Amino acid sequence: MSTVIEKPKKEKVDRQLMPVQEPHERVKNFDEVAFGYTEELALLEASRCLQCKKPLCVDGCPVHIDIPGFIKLISEKDYQKAIDKIREKNDLPGICGRVCPQESKCEGNCLLGKKNEPVAIGRLQRFVADWEFQYGEYEVEDVTPSGKKVAVVGSGPSGLVVAADLARLGHKVSIMEGLHVPGGVMVYGIPEFRLPKAIVQHEIDNIQKLGVEIKCNTLIGKSNTVDDLLNSGYDSVFIGTGAGYPYFMDIPGEFLNGVYSANEFLMRANLMKAYLFPEHLTPIRIGKKVAVIGGGNVAMDSVRTAVRLGTEEAHIIYRRSEKEMPARLEEIEHAREEGVQFKLLTSPIEIIGDENGWVKSMICLQYELGEPDESGRRRPVPIKGSEFELEVDTVIMALGQGANPMVPQTTPDLEVDKDGNIIVDYETGQTSKPGVFAGGDIVTGADTVIEAMGAGKRAAQAIHEYLSSGNKRH
Amino acid sequence: MFKIVRKQVLSQTIKLIEVSAPEIAAKVQAGQFAILRISENGERIPLTIADFNREDGTITFIFQEVGHTTINLGKLESGDHILDLVGPLGMPSQISDFGTVVCVGGGIGVASIYPIARALANKGNRIISIIGARSKDDLILADEIEKVSDKLYITTEDGALGQKGLVTDVLKGIIDEAQIDLVVATGPVAMMKAVSEMTRPANIRTTVSINSTMVDGTGMCGACRVEVNKEAKFACVDGPEFDGHLVDWDIVEIRSRTFIDKEKMVMEGCTGGGCSCQR
Ligand SMILES: Cc1cc2nc3c(=O)[nH]c(=O)nc-3n(C[C@H](O)[C@H](O)[C@H](O)COP(=O)(O)OP(=O)(O)OC[C@H]3O[C@@H](n4cnc5c(N)ncnc54)[C@H](O)[C@@H]3O)c2cc1C
Ligand SMILES: Cc1cc2nc3c(=O)[nH]c(=O)nc-3n(C[C@H](O)[C@H](O)[C@H](O)COP(=O)(O)OP(=O)(O)OC[C@H]3O[C@@H](n4cnc5c(N)ncnc54)[C@H](O)[C@@H]3O)c2cc1C
Ligand code: SF4
Ligand code: SF4
Ligand code: FES
Repeated sequence: MSTVIEKPKKEKVDRQLMPVQEPHERVKNFDEVAFGYTEELALLEASRCLQCKKPLCVDGCPVHIDIPGFIKLISEKDYQKAIDKIREKNDLPGICGRVCPQESKCEGNCLLGKKNEPVAIGRLQRFVADWEFQYGEYEVEDVTPSGKKVAVVGSGPSGLVVAADLARLGHKVSIMEGLHVPGGVMVYGIPEFRLPKAIVQHEIDNIQKLGVEIKCNTLIGKSNTVDDLLNSGYDSVFIGTGAGYPYFMDIPGEFLNGVYSANEFLMRANLMKAYLFPEHLTPIRIGKKVAVIGGGNVAMDSVRTAVRLGTEEAHIIYRRSEKEMPARLEEIEHAREEGVQFKLLTSPIEIIGDENGWVKSMICLQYELGEPDESGRRRPVPIKGSEFELEVDTVIMALGQGANPMVPQTTPDLEVDKDGNIIVDYETGQTSKPGVFAGGDIVTGADTVIEAMGAGKRAAQAIHEYLSSGNKRH
Repeated sequence: MFKIVRKQVLSQTIKLIEVSAPEIAAKVQAGQFAILRISENGERIPLTIADFNREDGTITFIFQEVGHTTINLGKLESGDHILDLVGPLGMPSQISDFGTVVCVGGGIGVASIYPIARALANKGNRIISIIGARSKDDLILADEIEKVSDKLYITTEDGALGQKGLVTDVLKGIIDEAQIDLVVATGPVAMMKAVSEMTRPANIRTTVSINSTMVDGTGMCGACRVEVNKEAKFACVDGPEFDGHLVDWDIVEIRSRTFIDKEKMVMEGCTGGGCSCQR
C-alpha cells in the first residue's frame, strides 16, 4: 500500500470587495468613489491567483502585462518590484487599474473566473500604482539619443504611450495638445470621482521625466498642419486625436438653453472644474430635473456628475432595455445607488422650451423590443400613441462621439473611412501617408483607454523600425 | 506663457494688448480668433485677432471689459504674461475680389471688422466702412479703418461724433443708392440681425460673425452651435463667419443668454458658500 501524501488544501478565499464611499455621502462630493484596497485586502486577493503556467489573463490585457508576475511580487510584499513589473508594459498603471473594463479584458480571461470569480487584477494593479504614488520611486535610465524627432498629435492615452516608448528608444518626442492640459478624455471627460486628476498628472509627469516634451495650446491643423510638422524637421508623426466630435439627435428643441452635449457638460465640470464655481470661473447650470439621453459610460458619468452638482431628480433615458445598455454594470449600479432613475425603452422626440428659450420639458415616446438588428441587439420599435411629457430643465445628449475631423481635413493625403476614422494597418498604425501613423479612438471610434494604449505600443514599435530603417519619406 | 509687449487703453472699458505669439502670428488670417485663459482657475474666452505682425511674431487683441475675465485681462500690463493662448481658431474670412464691399462694425465688433476690411482692401475691393458706437469715447480704430477704406461713415447713438443713430441707418442709404456686392457685419447680435434683414430683400450677399459662448473652441463640445440653413454648425470650427441670411437668429439670441445670471454672480463677488447656486 502506498501512502498518499495529502497536499495541504488551500483555504478558499473569496474575491475581495473594494471599500467605497457610502452612496448618501458620495453624492455630496467629487472625491473618488472607491477607496482602493488596504494592504491586508491586497494580500488576501493576491493569494487567490493560481500563478498559471499559461496565464490566460495576460492575453486579455491589450498591453500584455505580466499579471501573475506582478501579483506574485505583491504576495512577497515587494511593491516596488511589482509596480516596476507593471511599468514594463504600462505607463499609466494607476489610470488603468481604475478605468479599464477589466471584466472584458484581463479578468474576463482569468482561469478562476471560469468557475468562480476572477482575480481582481485591476484592483491589485491600482493598489501598487497608489503605493508608488505615495512611497515609490520612479527611475529613468539614460538613453543614447538617436537624433530622430517625432511629433505626436494629441495627449490622450495613445499619444502618451507612443511618446513614452519612443523616448525610451532615444528619439526626441514632442506632443502637441490643443487644450491647455494634457491627458485627453482622461482629464476632460472621465470625472474626478472615478479618476482623480492628480493620478493622471502624476503618470504624465513620469512620462515627461523620460524627456518627452508636451506643448499644450497647440492645435494641429490650425497653427501647423501635419505637413508643416514633417517639413519642419520631424521625421515621423503620430496622430492620436481621439473621438471628440459630439453627436446630437436632430430633434426639435436641441438649440434651447439647458441642452448640452455630454462633452460640453463634462468639459465644464471636469476640465474647467465648474463644480468649484465660482472659485473656478467657468459656469455650469444644472437645473432641478436632469435627463441624460443614452445608456453608455458617458451617460453614467454625466448623470452622476449632475447628481453631485445638486440636481433634485436625475434620469437616464435609454431606448432599449437595461440588458442592452453598453455601460459597465458597476457604473449602472453606482448610478442607481445614487438615486438615478432609469427610464428605459424611452426616447425623446422633441424638447420644449419656455418663453425665454430655456428647456421646460421633453416629449418622449415609448418603445418595445422587436427583432434583432445588425448589431445583434433587439431593435427598439416605437409604441403608437405612447407619447408622454417629462418635466425637465436640463437635457444632456450622451449619444456617442465621432472622429475629430480637424487633422484629416487639413491633411489631404490621409485616408479616412466613411465615419471619418483614419484608416491604418492594425499591426503598425501606418496610415496612407508615409511616415504618418495613427491610433486610439481616431482609428477605432470611441473605445477604451487600454485599447488606445495597445495601439500606441504597436505604433511606437513600427515608428522605431521606420526611423531605424533609414527610410526617407521623400 | 505669452508675453504682453504693448498695452494701450482705447477707452474707459476698451483696451488693446499686443502679445508675443510667433506661431499664431505666422499663420493667422483675417477673421480668425484665439482662446485665452489668464489664471489657473480661469475661464477660456475667445477674442478676435484684431491685428498681427508676422515679422515681430505678435498678435493684437482689442477687448471690452464686460465681465470677470476681460476686466482682469485689462489689469495686465506690458511685460505681464497670459497663461494659455491657443490659435488661430476658426475659418478665415473669404477674401477675394468681390467689387464693392460694405464693412459694418458695431461696438467692440469694430475690432473684428478691421482685419477683414484691410484684407479685402488689399485684394482690390472698394471698401465702404460704417462703424458705430454708443458714444464718441467707445469708438475704436477709426483712423486705422479710415486708412483701408475708400469711404468711412461713423455713427454714435448720442450723436457726439459722426451721424447720430445706428450703423443700419447709414447702411440703408448706401444699399438704396449703390451697387453693393458684399456686406460684412460684426457686432452685437441685434445689429447683425438687422443688417441681414436689411440686405435680404436686395439679395446682397451678407456675412456675419457669430460670437457664441465657447468652451474648447476646437469642435469638441458643441456649446457654440448655431443653426445655419437648417443645419447645426459649430461656430468655432465651421465659423465664426456665416451667411447672415441663413442663420437662425432666434436661436443665436436665445443661446447668447445662457449664462447671464452666473456671470453676474461672479461679478458681484459670490465666493461660493454652501448655497445651491448651480441649480
Ligand atoms: C465620459 C467618458 C468616459 C469614459 N470612460 C472610460 C472608462 O471608464 N474606461 C475606459 O477604458 N475608457 C473610457 N472612455 C474612453 C476613453 O477615454 C477613450 O477611448 C480614450 O481616451 C481614447 O484615447 P485617445 O488616445 O484616442 O485620445 P483621447 O483621450 O480622445 O484624446 C485626444 C486628445 O487629442 C487632442 N486633440 C484633438 N485634436 C487635436 C489637434 N488637431 N491638435 C492637437 N490636439 C488635438 C484632444 O484635445 C485630446 O486631448 C471614456 C470616454 C468618455 C468620453
Ligand atoms: C469668436 C469670438 C470672438 C470674439 N472677439 C471679441 C473681441 O475681439 N473683443 C471682445 O471684447 N470680445 C470678443 N468676444 C466676446 C468675448 O469672448 C466675451 O466678451 C468674453 O468671453 C467675456 O468674458 P468675461 O469673463 O469677461 O465676461 P462674462 O462674465 O463671461 O460675461 C459678461 C457679459 O458678456 C456677455 N458675453 C459673454 N460671452 C460673450 C460672447 N461670446 N459674446 C458676446 N457677449 C458675451 C455675457 O452675456 C455677459 O453679459 C468674442 C467672442 C467670440 C465667440
Ligand atoms: S492594464 Fe487594464 S487590462 Fe491590462 S491588466 Fe491592467 S487592468 Fe487589466
Ligand atoms: S488567469 Fe487568473 S489565476 Fe491565472 S495567473 Fe492570471 S490572474 Fe492568476
Ligand atoms: S466651442 Fe466647443 S465645439 Fe465650439
